[in-house]
Amino acid sequence: MSNRQPRVRLKAEHLGLHFGGVAALTDVSLEVREGEILAIIGPNGAGKTSLLNCISGLYRPQQGHLVFYDRQGNEHNLLKKKPAEIARLGIARSFQNIELFRHMTVLDNLMLGRHVHMKGNILTCGLYWWRQQKEEIEHRRRVEDVIDFLEIENIRRKPVGTLAYGLQKRVELGRALALDPDILLLDEPMAGMNVEEKEDMARFILDINQERDVTIVLIEHDMGVVMDLSDRVVVLDFGRVIATGTPDDVRQNPLVIQAYLGNEALMEQL
Amino acid sequence: MESGVFFTTYEADMALRRTPVQKIRLALFIVFVLVFPFFASPYWLNLANQIAIATIGAIGLNILVGYTGQISLGQGAFMAVGAYSAGLLTARMGLPFYLSIPIACLITALVGVVFGIPSLRLKGLYLAIATLAAQEIVEWTITHWPQLTGGTEALVIPSPMLFGVRLNTDFRFYWILLLAAGGTALFTANLFRTRVGRAFVAIRDQDIAAEVIGVNVFFYKLLAFATSSFFVGLAGALTAHYRTIISWERFTIETSILYLAMIIIGGLGTINGSFFGAAFMTLLPAMISNISRALRDVAPILATLLPAAQQGIFGAVIILFLVLEPEGLAKLWRNIKDYFYVWPFSY
Repeated sequence: MSNRQPRVRLKAEHLGLHFGGVAALTDVSLEVREGEILAIIGPNGAGKTSLLNCISGLYRPQQGHLVFYDRQGNEHNLLKKKPAEIARLGIARSFQNIELFRHMTVLDNLMLGRHVHMKGNILTCGLYWWRQQKEEIEHRRRVEDVIDFLEIENIRRKPVGTLAYGLQKRVELGRALALDPDILLLDEPMAGMNVEEKEDMARFILDINQERDVTIVLIEHDMGVVMDLSDRVVVLDFGRVIATGTPDDVRQNPLVIQAYLGNEALMEQL
Repeated sequence: MESGVFFTTYEADMALRRTPVQKIRLALFIVFVLVFPFFASPYWLNLANQIAIATIGAIGLNILVGYTGQISLGQGAFMAVGAYSAGLLTARMGLPFYLSIPIACLITALVGVVFGIPSLRLKGLYLAIATLAAQEIVEWTITHWPQLTGGTEALVIPSPMLFGVRLNTDFRFYWILLLAAGGTALFTANLFRTRVGRAFVAIRDQDIAAEVIGVNVFFYKLLAFATSSFFVGLAGALTAHYRTIISWERFTIETSILYLAMIIIGGLGTINGSFFGAAFMTLLPAMISNISRALRDVAPILATLLPAAQQGIFGAVIILFLVLEPEGLAKLWRNIKDYFYVWPFSY
């Protein structure tokens, strides 16, 4: 990392989200810096996924500010935008429970990642040969690039519903990647995977971050992975940020130890 | 996929028919539909024309229900809008049929969008009930606005003229219908291998994920209603010009359900399924009444029973087909193809 402080790409200030009387997030502030891998950790129900849902526009926090800075440095207030507009800005995500388009092929799922970059309308699509074919091929090339990168060539024409769990996770990552995002939000990309699959996924995440210059926000429960991959860690507990810093700082933070207390195996790993 | 079939360009890889076998099959089908009218009796031509119209209507409904996952009970209403728009434009304003039909399609698309607005908040059965309202409203409007529609009286439309030829026989109108059905099928096939069609299917499979990947669900749901209604309106408009006499009774809730049955039996979310379903639902009643007529001479007792049992047999056959292959005739067709494809092995 260069010695100059990297730009902030995403900034949350005093976010508050509640469902009726239940406070999911309270006074959450954090920033995502360009080019980093930021891990969000915390016990179950700490508000990690809620936070991602706020960023991708699925939840609307009642308090606070949430700002995205694009490559040109323009400010975008994400609280005023719909999920589709946020995707268009270059924020893509994967879900904790796989949310792929089950009956579509891997190829079509990935082509949907290109949706925001394509222009085809109902007429050009229906009249295919007139103009759409050219656009489809152009974007197919980009998608093939992602397929190549994730090593899923052999399954590109399979409906994703028929694939094994680990592969589905990979396809979901591919769909988000096909969007060519500035920021990639990954919600437990390794949940339920075996060691080998985890290693593959970790390699993909590092490659995406370093070779494709994508800033990554990662929720993960496997502490080994978090400590190895991330540049910085944000710890949530009961909807509040209790610590922020490098993996080493966080590991020694007494508040974090307290939040995880009782789980000794985990602490030994930390 | 097929061994020995390789592509060196994305054009070839993305083609609608990818293998030689598929191309030959399509070519044979095209030759068949071109030659068919020269050999068919008027009875069969009439059936073929009914199938063509039903195919267009079924593809239209399939765009909405099968591909986009928005259940609609308003099929009859949208067909009525198409039929009455085309009929009135020709009968009252004297527009030739080749103008009144596209205008009628656009009007239906617009009406479809209006009645599609509830889909932005409602899903599944709740949406079905909302579209049922569309059905009732349109029916009520037709029967209670006699100044415009002629009310419960039948609307008579002069038979269409093209280049001085009166298209008043099944043989002549067949070509119009063939063009319309072929065009509809091709347009739809193109749609669902490209950007807009993918967005429709994404909404059906996972609407939240679609939204997060950048599909404007609001816009595409309404677009699905517009596109679907456009083709349903086309089916209605063609009905008007083909029959030259229409009344509201042709477009009741029964029509909506018949078309839903068509696409479910044929196969949701497939184009050939729409055709299979349309053919099946048109031919089955005809076949049953043919059989009963044939049996009249052989066993007069059976003949008196059969007409009464026709509806029952119709229903029983439908249930049988659904139980045997819930994914419809399109899946059955695929199974047959797969059988020959892997022959002589079973895997």
